[in-house]
Amino acid sequence: MKDFWKRFRYNRGAVIGLFILAFVIATAILAPVLFPQSPWKMVQRPFLPPFTQDGLMLGTDALGRDVMAGLAHGAYVSLLVGLVSTIVALAIGVPVGALAGYFAGRTDDALMRFTEFFQTIPSFALAIVLLAIFQPSLTFVIIAISIVSWPPVARLVRGEVLSLRTREFVEAATLSGLGNTQIILRHILPNALPPIIVLASLMVAQAILLESSLSFLGLGDPNIMSWGYMIGAARTVIRTAWWLSFLPGMAILLTVLALNLIGEGLNDALNPRLTRKSE
Amino acid sequence: MIRFILGRLVKAVFILLAILVFNFLLIHAAPGDPAAVMAGEAGAADEKFLTDLRARFGLDQPLYVQLWIYIKGAVQLDLGYSFRQQMPVAELIGDRLPATLLLTGVAFVLSLVLGVIAGVAASARQGSWGDTIISTLALLFYATPLFWVALMATLVFSVWLGWLPGFGYSTIGAGYTGMAHVLDVAKHLVLPASTLGLFFMAIYMRMTRASMLEVSRLDFVKTARAKGLTRGVIQRRHILRNALLPVITLAGLQAGQIFGGAILTETVFAWPGIGRLMFEAINQRDYNVILGVFYISAAMVLLFNLITDVVYVIVDPRIRLTT
Repeated sequence: MKDFWKRFRYNRGAVIGLFILAFVIATAILAPVLFPQSPWKMVQRPFLPPFTQDGLMLGTDALGRDVMAGLAHGAYVSLLVGLVSTIVALAIGVPVGALAGYFAGRTDDALMRFTEFFQTIPSFALAIVLLAIFQPSLTFVIIAISIVSWPPVARLVRGEVLSLRTREFVEAATLSGLGNTQIILRHILPNALPPIIVLASLMVAQAILLESSLSFLGLGDPNIMSWGYMIGAARTVIRTAWWLSFLPGMAILLTVLALNLIGEGLNDALNPRLTRKSE
Repeated sequence: MIRFILGRLVKAVFILLAILVFNFLLIHAAPGDPAAVMAGEAGAADEKFLTDLRARFGLDQPLYVQLWIYIKGAVQLDLGYSFRQQMPVAELIGDRLPATLLLTGVAFVLSLVLGVIAGVAASARQGSWGDTIISTLALLFYATPLFWVALMATLVFSVWLGWLPGFGYSTIGAGYTGMAHVLDVAKHLVLPASTLGLFFMAIYMRMTRASMLEVSRLDFVKTARAKGLTRGVIQRRHILRNALLPVITLAGLQAGQIFGGAILTETVFAWPGIGRLMFEAINQRDYNVILGVFYISAAMVLLFNLITDVVYVIVDPRIRLTT
């Protein structure tokens, strides 16, 4: 653990990323406390520019809503969607990949065909189709994002399991009479964990980008304030109030950047040999 | 080679069939009457139209008969009728497809060429300030939402600086012909193609850089150096050729993603392609159009994958032809 932290800290970008993410998480948690009013509520005249009035640091949008409150509540939604959809995607991808890699042969063929199908079709279009047909709600947004983001997990886990299953400690476990489930869960998966963790951190970033794109197109939950929605709503007034599109975009950029940086840091810290090789 | 291509084609056909079944199931899983779903949001279609639809798709017959009718139609490129636009969906898509192919094609070539050049430049002087700048920029582009870059590009280059047109495919009412028309479209293409390409350029740059650095440590490079070849020759002829392979693989896999990006770019720039068509259809709940665009875009992606596979085999003859 100490070594892990030492190697993680060595990557300066990752530390910066960690600070940004900590700030975003704090904002998301404190949003209901700092901005107890609904972010949809009109608080002032529309198009109030930033830094012109106390208490409304970032001004108001086209409908007089507090931009700062929108950003804070949006942080919560982005992180929630990013985290939960990644967990769901892992819950689909890890078993598929583990079964394919462990049993090989026909099981592998069938599962990988299935994975390949989802990887070939245009994933963003698939997410749009799913959300357009079913009413967009937060749950469905999360489901749609998970459905399009699990294939890389399955491929990664399959590769790891394929290389681990012929190792001696797995043979030893088989000889000691353990069942397949026990071997996969107790012996193989724990060893495949580092690359999965790295991938997961990058997936959270991608999920946040995907969520913002979907709500930008008007496919987000209509009751929830999100960064993508804010940009989509401010799009038509970009000539007169560009900051309304600019600010939420910066929020997305910083959060996604932070997660990507952390992912690289985790990669350095968890796969030290790999890093040295690629330096 | 021919057997390889045939094998890939068979696979592509299976994937397209699976998408059709998937679309069909979605129409039936959607809340409400399938006929109303196909006609668009309730209220858009009159009763006679719905009855027609029910009869045509045999909605009173068992599900497998309906599926058969649906697939038979789609194979003959009958993708249904858009009640909102008063046009067959296939015709709508056919009209818009060239614009999307132009946009994605230019963006793809641009991002691949510039990405590889930037990646090679960064890897040549690893750790230098040039490498740092290129790598940082790639990291930033990779984290930026595409639709936001598009909006900001319009704001800066079109609204503030007035250098380039910020929306549309050509100047409306200008009536340019010949070369003037081509130049006009090219001018309109600059912002959409470069914003769409930016994200992918970042990916190809990072991939090329990592791949170049990895290959440059292999033994045959040492041999080349020992032979007394110049740095430039080794970079170009020995390292780059081998380093390109994973980049091509990745580029092939990303065809679907580029189309996803095109939906967003076309929406922002009012580019009259199938992505914009899909966006309009979302707002109008015009399900036939949404599903049709999904199906056609998947077909395009499969076609593109086939082409990259063939290119791959040409670039690297060592690749075994398996289907």
